[in-house]
Amino acid sequence: MIETRELTKHFKDVRAVDGIDLTVARGELVALLGPNGAGKSTTLRMLTTLIPPTSGSARVAGFDVVRQQREVRLRIGYIGQGNGAGHSQRGRDELISQGRAYGMSVKPARARADELIESLGLAEVANRTVSTLSGGQRRRLDIAMGLIHAPELLFLDEPSTGLDPQNRANLQEHIVRLRAEHGTTIVLTTHYLEEADSMAERVVVIDHGRIIADDTPQRLKAKHVGDRVILGFASADEAARAAQSSGGRQDGTEVRITDEDGPRLAARLAATLAPASIEVIRPTLDDVFLTLTGRSLREDAAAVTKTELVEA
Amino acid sequence: MTSLVSDTRVVFSRELRPVLRDPFSVIFSMIQPLFFLALFAPLLPGDNSLQWFVPGIIVMSCLFGSSMTGSNLLYEMQTGSHERMLVTPLRRPALLIGRALKEIVPMFVQAGVIVAACIPFGFELHLGGALLGLLVMAAFCIGLGSLSYTLALASKSKEWLFWTVQQTLIFPLLLLAGVLLPLDNGPGWLKALSKINPMTYVVDAERALFNGDVWARSTVEGLIAAVTVGAVGLAVGVRAMKRSD
Repeated sequence: MIETRELTKHFKDVRAVDGIDLTVARGELVALLGPNGAGKSTTLRMLTTLIPPTSGSARVAGFDVVRQQREVRLRIGYIGQGNGAGHSQRGRDELISQGRAYGMSVKPARARADELIESLGLAEVANRTVSTLSGGQRRRLDIAMGLIHAPELLFLDEPSTGLDPQNRANLQEHIVRLRAEHGTTIVLTTHYLEEADSMAERVVVIDHGRIIADDTPQRLKAKHVGDRVILGFASADEAARAAQSSGGRQDGTEVRITDEDGPRLAARLAATLAPASIEVIRPTLDDVFLTLTGRSLREDAAAVTKTELVEA
Repeated sequence: MTSLVSDTRVVFSRELRPVLRDPFSVIFSMIQPLFFLALFAPLLPGDNSLQWFVPGIIVMSCLFGSSMTGSNLLYEMQTGSHERMLVTPLRRPALLIGRALKEIVPMFVQAGVIVAACIPFGFELHLGGALLGLLVMAAFCIGLGSLSYTLALASKSKEWLFWTVQQTLIFPLLLLAGVLLPLDNGPGWLKALSKINPMTYVVDAERALFNGDVWARSTVEGLIAAVTVGAVGLAVGVRAMKRSD
């Protein structure tokens, strides 16, 4: 569905995207994860024909993003960071003209708009001017517009930024359902770790315009961080013996062991070493990012939320 | 199947819909040129001044209208709805033409209002010529509208930049085209500047056409000027759209 080779974008002196090779198969749900300014959105904007690459190439839905823009545009849906509906327009009108923009005739466009208004719970607000809708309602309208032509490939740029937790969960549910029902290939960018973790079966970690890791969330965590198993013992002597036999590190009455599969190791050690307590700590994607880059994504996310509040 | 025409219709009707739903602002803007007519035309010398003045005023309101094409875009660029349009398979010239037409069509209605208001005061209407005149003007305005769109793209979030440039350019264009006063008795440098203003030829052509003088030399010159501005505007606009990030 997507195949990029050495995809690169420079803005003046800044290497926003610095040679990305990415292959996405039909039906995948891929999250591009990284801090702000990592190059996720720029990558997405190149894949959706919004900006031309400085060098390298990309084929999307079978067509070149520079030479065959129209073919690409016909086949993809894109939900950007902003609100797609014109503020002076009515939601239903925007949906219909969006369908018309994809070459649908009036009747099918109207029917499809009705269908999406229904399934995204917009029935009560579809005839209102967009500027009077709440943030969550506008976002749902954006989703509906992105889906009007039932694209085989859907791009979402930071879909849940600015949404409250309930709307965010709602949106994620829609995306997952869309994929289950229609087999849509989905590529989204996010700096919300939980979002990447819970939705995507494949996470591409991007930093400074480069892909630094690409795997399932589980495997990323296992490979780069691992689970931590902490065994508690009655005495330090007992802990020392256990550390020796298990290859762990003793810390007072505790023994700490890192392993790719913590629960299984914990079960085995529970049987052989008979510890007083067992704790398994599973890593988050943030731990993965921290291991890979030495920085935390959380600080970045927190900073972003703060500036958003200031702007709003 | 879609075509440039159907794409343009999609953009145009999307743009026009909010106006039709809430027509007060357009109706209000139509009153402005009537002020020019009522308060300025009586100052002009000669008996036949309306015949000379009315076509110029119609070009003026089209200039004002089409130079605003980019202003709505400024807002849509900030919210994200312009980006959403760019991702659709709509042909790029359709995005320009559709938006420009949305500004022009109300101006045509306005032209009708102006003409109707002037007939009782001795304005002679030559319908065929006048309709041809509107077509010539449409080509000119699509070019201006595209340039206004380009200006909006270049201004990005700096709204003041768009308005400063638009306001700075609009009045020299207007005055040098001899819309309000004839330039015949002006100094040589002014006439020279007027000669390189494409709008001069459009205004002269409109005067000829509204007089029913369809085969005049100035009609042909005006048509060439209008089509040239239209083509250059579209070319510049499409290029700007492809290069903007």
